Amino acid sequence: MKRIALHLGLSVAAILTALPLWWMVAASFMPSGEANAFPPRLWPSRPTLDHYATLLARVQLGRAALNSLLIAGLATACAVAINAMAGYAFAKLRFPGRERVARLLVAALVIPGQVAMLPLFLLLKQLGLVNTYWGVVLPSMASIFGIFLVRQYVQALPDSLLDAARVDGASEWRIFRSLVLPWCRPILVTLGLFTFMGAWNDFLWPLVILSDSERYTLPVALANLVGEHVQDTELIMAGAVVTVLPVVALFLALQRFYLAGLSGGALKG
Amino acid sequence: MSGGVESRQARAGAALAAPALLLIGGFFVLPVAAAFLLSLTDFDIYAIADRDRLRVVGLDNYAALLRDRLFWTALANTTVFVALATPLSLALSLATALAVTAAAVRAASLFRTLFFLPVVTSLVAVAVVWRYLYHPRFGLLNYLIGLVGLSPQDWLGDARLALPALVVLAVWKNFGFNMVVFMAALQAIPATLYEAASVDGAGARTQFARITLPMLRPTLLFVAAMTLIGNFQLFAEPYVMTRGGPNDATLSIVLYMYEQGFRWWNLGYASAIAFVLFFLVLVASLLGAGLTRGKGAVQ
Amino acid sequence: MTRLRRAVHTLLAAALLAAAGCAPPNEQELRLWAMGREGELVQRLLPEFERAHPGVRVRVQQLPWSAAHEKLLTAFVGGSMPDVFQVGTTWIPELVALGALAPLDAHLNADDAADIFPGILEASRVDGRLWAMPWYVDTRLLFYRADLLRAAGWAEPPQDWDGWRLALQGVRAAAGPGRYALLLPLSEWQPPVILAFQRGAPLLRGADEWGDFQAPAFRQAFMFYLSFFRDGLAPTRAEGQLANLYQDFADGFFSALITGPWNLSEMAARLPAGLQDAWATAPMPGGSGGEPGLSIAGGASLAVHADSPHQAAAWQLVEYLAAPQRQLEFYRLSGDLPARRAAWTAGRLADDPRVAAFWRQLGYVRTPPRVPEWERIATAINRAAEAAVRGDATPEAALARLDSEVDAILAKRRWLLARQRAETGP
Repeated sequence: MKRIALHLGLSVAAILTALPLWWMVAASFMPSGEANAFPPRLWPSRPTLDHYATLLARVQLGRAALNSLLIAGLATACAVAINAMAGYAFAKLRFPGRERVARLLVAALVIPGQVAMLPLFLLLKQLGLVNTYWGVVLPSMASIFGIFLVRQYVQALPDSLLDAARVDGASEWRIFRSLVLPWCRPILVTLGLFTFMGAWNDFLWPLVILSDSERYTLPVALANLVGEHVQDTELIMAGAVVTVLPVVALFLALQRFYLAGLSGGALKG
Repeated sequence: MSGGVESRQARAGAALAAPALLLIGGFFVLPVAAAFLLSLTDFDIYAIADRDRLRVVGLDNYAALLRDRLFWTALANTTVFVALATPLSLALSLATALAVTAAAVRAASLFRTLFFLPVVTSLVAVAVVWRYLYHPRFGLLNYLIGLVGLSPQDWLGDARLALPALVVLAVWKNFGFNMVVFMAALQAIPATLYEAASVDGAGARTQFARITLPMLRPTLLFVAAMTLIGNFQLFAEPYVMTRGGPNDATLSIVLYMYEQGFRWWNLGYASAIAFVLFFLVLVASLLGAGLTRGKGAVQ
Repeated sequence: MTRLRRAVHTLLAAALLAAAGCAPPNEQELRLWAMGREGELVQRLLPEFERAHPGVRVRVQQLPWSAAHEKLLTAFVGGSMPDVFQVGTTWIPELVALGALAPLDAHLNADDAADIFPGILEASRVDGRLWAMPWYVDTRLLFYRADLLRAAGWAEPPQDWDGWRLALQGVRAAAGPGRYALLLPLSEWQPPVILAFQRGAPLLRGADEWGDFQAPAFRQAFMFYLSFFRDGLAPTRAEGQLANLYQDFADGFFSALITGPWNLSEMAARLPAGLQDAWATAPMPGGSGGEPGLSIAGGASLAVHADSPHQAAAWQLVEYLAAPQRQLEFYRLSGDLPARRAAWTAGRLADDPRVAAFWRQLGYVRTPPRVPEWERIATAINRAAEAAVRGDATPEAALARLDSEVDAILAKRRWLLARQRAETGP
């Protein structure tokens, strides 16, 4: 009896949680004006792809999607490489100042990112990176969180394996590439997913650094769309679906890794 | 011989860590230091055009902040938001974690996915969706509460309801994340503890209070700290949904900083706001760290 | 490196280059920023320009009005300003203070200058030099449901505020509970400022260095503005809450609003067919002797970025768009009123009674104070109005706060002016 009540309660909670997302998808297929009907509908009367067509043709949201893909891909590739290298270095290679720097990095976690934003904009202007894709990606390529995520995972790698490889004459770089990276694959997938999702969903920084509408990422383009077309509910919902769908699909496909990495990494704090 | 190996390791370590450290140093530490310097000047749009129009004003910006009615409003709003959203999120995520852990295995996986779904969505996209859900006349929320007999509310237009409305959105968006962390911690509690307690005749509530909560304490405090710090940085929800309104009821510290910095380009003043935010977060983290250490010592 | 990896690297490099937007040589690409619907519609005027000027391509970017000012300043600071851009006239003093605009005096002859409405020409001039070419004029007046007014007993629009208040009360009574008469969006600063102009309030004092919002004239105007809300004639909801302005106007949720010429074409496009003849425009009440009351002189001009590498081509684009024929063509697309009177006469714009009201009103306009900080001051006025309307502050407290906020906003200006006076002094 209690089991049934538990599952019932969970089901209600799950439905309530999913309801906004369901409405978003349903409204995107509704004919114009129907999303503002009262009482609100949860299912389109005559599903239509008009709004998606408008997004592609008139609003050029397709371009924004490509930008998001490019930027998120670039960010992920670079971030995984850079953070993996640093994470391994902090875990297994003793270099001067390692512990002190590690402590400073942990302390720096407390600093909110927004503090750096304004001078960072001026710095990027000096470097000529305003309104460029690299300008979006560079500042967040190295992440303290990412470094420690990898570090913690790599710490479980037995030192004996590394030492044996060294005795065999392998160079440090070779050890990293052929021994450490394959071993780290699960956490690298997790890190890659984190980074991709974070980069795809990032809003404030791309909003500030990109001035050309042709370079907008999806969240920025969507916010712009709302500014212009707040009356066209269905169109906005279609834009929201396009913004949300890829990341949700990626998550559903790889959720094992993501959730495993999250619980494993976060627990240690 | 050993010196050679060690120095080789040291070189490799430095080389591998260098790109990340350089990036963090150049694109984070340096700007933060620059922000502090900026906060001591009246750097604004006039000064951007002509460096000659810049004045060093020392702590005047901070003094002006203390006299600034809007800053206090933003501070109050942010504090209320944090005070409402953090416990609510913790309670909800802990409750769902307990429930899902106790549920049937296959259903648990489905529930976990569903509850986590809002976490991976773009905040801008869901803020936009919720803006329509909150509409006083056509919104789904007013329809639902109407079904249970409550009268429709102007969620985003009523100064008393706007901030709670944002709290609901923030909790909905993030509780799945905390839930997953709690679930991992719950699974780490040895089942034998519960078995022994049952044998001793302890009921479910006692088991929860005497076993679950104490074992969860470190995770609880960690999640609380992370959620707290994240909530202090409230920005995208008011930016997309209410623009700080109605009547500055949802003006948050970061939103005010954005307005001063990126809308009016009062960089000196905005940097001062940013540093005050940093200070607040630091204080909150230290308090949290103190709590953890204290309790840890007892254990 | 394997061949596959090399191919991937090349592809990536090519993609990045393409993304960086390299233009083919010998072709100038002009970037044009336009706001709102103008951004969409101006693109229809461009093919002819590109035909007439081979080797020049124009890329248009559309900005929503709500973010336009912000984006222009961000682009200025970030060094990514477009070559040509549309500017609201109230932003011109600010952009001139930044040195962002190229002067255009050399391009305007006296005859053309005389043909432009004086309000917008003055607004585009700072210190005697011309900094942007007037494109379309803007002012605000009453759009109202003539059918609902007639049903309440007013066959002709009232001539003064007392008459309008009675008419609005009558309409509201007929509409029933939960409905209103006049829409005064709380996100707009123009209505209280218009009422202030009508009472002769200067808004700022000194050399536009201090706030003057507690002066009797402004206070009276402010109380008059608040009275519409107190008497239930205006809804107390910010624009963000309205699902659809046009739907609400058609439903009779409100029957009048103070708005500008862009709504001439928007109303035509968005109101249901049955209501196309049901609405009309009327100049602002508040004048004496049957004259219209004052309204705001606004509009948009086209500016050339001071650091644009394509100065000549940029000017050609501005000249093309600002020509009377094009202004007329643009009017037909958007409803935006031409800044050149020649376009009005050529197109017989004033034959349309709805547009005629604008023609009349344009003779009775005033510009807001020409200070670089105007956008911030307008936001502060908006805040004070909203606080008073919602009852979060008494009107007196709201005005006192407004004065101190504006005084703080103008602090740097005072310092700069004092320094200037000291330098040019004895």
